[in-house]
Amino acid sequence: MTISTEVAKADDEGPRRSRRSALVTGLLVLPASAWYLILLVLPLLIVLVMSFGNKGRFGGYEPAFTFANYADALDPNRITPFVTSLVLALSGTFLCLLTALPIAYYIATRGGSRKSLLIVLLIVPFWTSFLIRTYAWLTILGPEGLAGFIGDVTGDSSFRILGTPWAVLLGVVYGYLPLMVFPIYVTMERMDRTLIEASKDLGATRWATFRQVTLPITATGLITGSILVFIPLMGEYVVPAILGYGRVFLIGNQLVLQFLDSRNWPQGAARAVVLILIMLVSVVFYLWFVNRGRRTRDVSVV
Amino acid sequence: MTAPATPIARPDALPEVDVAPGRARPRARVRDGLVEGWLRGHTLLVYLFLYIPILVVVVFSFNATQRRVTQWEGFSLRWYESVLHDTVVQAALFNSFRVAIATAILATVFGTMAALALQGTPRWFRSIFEALTFISIIVPEIVIALSTLVFYSTTFDVINQLFHVRFKLGYETIVAAHALFNISLVLLLVRARLSGMDRTHVEASYDLYGTPWRTFWQITFPQLLPAIVAGFLLSFTFSFDDYVITFFVYGAGLTTLPIYIFSSIRQGVTPATNAIAAIMLLITLSVLVIGQALVWRNARRSGQRGAQASVAGMIAEQSG
Repeated sequence: MTISTEVAKADDEGPRRSRRSALVTGLLVLPASAWYLILLVLPLLIVLVMSFGNKGRFGGYEPAFTFANYADALDPNRITPFVTSLVLALSGTFLCLLTALPIAYYIATRGGSRKSLLIVLLIVPFWTSFLIRTYAWLTILGPEGLAGFIGDVTGDSSFRILGTPWAVLLGVVYGYLPLMVFPIYVTMERMDRTLIEASKDLGATRWATFRQVTLPITATGLITGSILVFIPLMGEYVVPAILGYGRVFLIGNQLVLQFLDSRNWPQGAARAVVLILIMLVSVVFYLWFVNRGRRTRDVSVV
Repeated sequence: MTAPATPIARPDALPEVDVAPGRARPRARVRDGLVEGWLRGHTLLVYLFLYIPILVVVVFSFNATQRRVTQWEGFSLRWYESVLHDTVVQAALFNSFRVAIATAILATVFGTMAALALQGTPRWFRSIFEALTFISIIVPEIVIALSTLVFYSTTFDVINQLFHVRFKLGYETIVAAHALFNISLVLLLVRARLSGMDRTHVEASYDLYGTPWRTFWQITFPQLLPAIVAGFLLSFTFSFDDYVITFFVYGAGLTTLPIYIFSSIRQGVTPATNAIAAIMLLITLSVLVIGQALVWRNARRSGQRGAQASVAGMIAEQSG
């Protein structure tokens, strides 16, 4: 008797409760959605619209529909910041990859009981201010540091590291290295170790095992790390401003110049859109790569 | 790891053993040793590479020197003293705290709320929401910064003219801009924790007629706490350390510590700047340590595995 009334009551409450829970759900996601809509979607749309406009008389924006800003951004004479950024981002990503791969491999396979300590030690610098970590190199690379030392040794007193692309490259590798190590480490850690045993049992050398077993399986981690490093590198501003003395002129520096100094917003907006497009292309490539990997793995299982 | 000789005979290794029984193995062992040594050496070098710059800043902040930063003239706290008595630095420090705490609270509350409710939303909504989370994290900071500036400036122009008010850039605009990235961050951390959560306790609570409200506070919330704490601390430090977004939207009304440091770098490295930098490192690192301690205490009480409850571990997991 009691049971049947219970059931009836529950049925009765069903729709009302679900309506109420829908309301609660809506209220819970509302603030975050508002943030995304107002401070992400709307601003990006405004930048997109602005990139087709003209510069106002006192800076800012005047409505128009023109491709002049894009023509300017891609003008061969004015495209240098893009090219410099691209070269620096690609070489920085590649250097991060070369540096991160052995260390991720070491922690994942040889870490043992110190594994979590080693990972924490990687995170601590990453946790601290990017600005200060970049600033720290000013002393090390400066005329009282490494550059002075090399200058003394070679007898070239005008030898400088700061203000050159090399300083910027070092700075970005230093700043973004942990972002490369984590994903590679995670995929290596999750990897099925018996595959390596199998490869060894079948007579493969260590190098062959690494190249033919470990590397393809961890490819997802390598690509994830590369994307995580490449995209922020394309828009980097702090490192070239501090270690490059602004002489190494990247897209980031140009955007700051156009938005904050010369206030030519439409021109800056067009460059920002191009930067977003580059980012989108690399993300699409990333998704394609990850899915392609999945498909071939499925096939190989069959 | 010096590989022990495999007990199973490897078919193509056999002839080699026959031809030169004494040689092949030592040579392989030497090569293995070299590889091991290289791996270990490389790892050690990278850790040195990561820490030496930070150490240099901290060490030279204690230098008593008047003039050259790297010329060691004895240990002294004078630069800390002078920096902490500087009213401009004090104001910048206070502003950074104000911004970071507000950002962390906003991001943690809104991010956690959204993470809890997202499972119950329609599929199309969830896909869009997830895409936006992804975009807010992956888009280069400078693009977010400039588009936020353009947005503030254009909407404030319109609103100020329409309603005769005077909205301008400052504290609120910095916090709102910082919150965007950090909401996504908290959301990801809490969702990851939520998906790995044991549902049986929640169901048991419902079976025992626990109300959704009580079930949440007594079952779900304690399990989510490490992720929420990690999210709060990460948001705090990211906001505290942020330069690029603040630089675009601070509108000269409110100087934070990174803004102050960046402008003083332009005058070159000084022991005073080193001292401010060291203070900033100290603040963010103590936030990390406090958070870790909180999470560990919570983990011991609820009997979770230590590694799983580590803030750092969660961050590493997340970025993978």
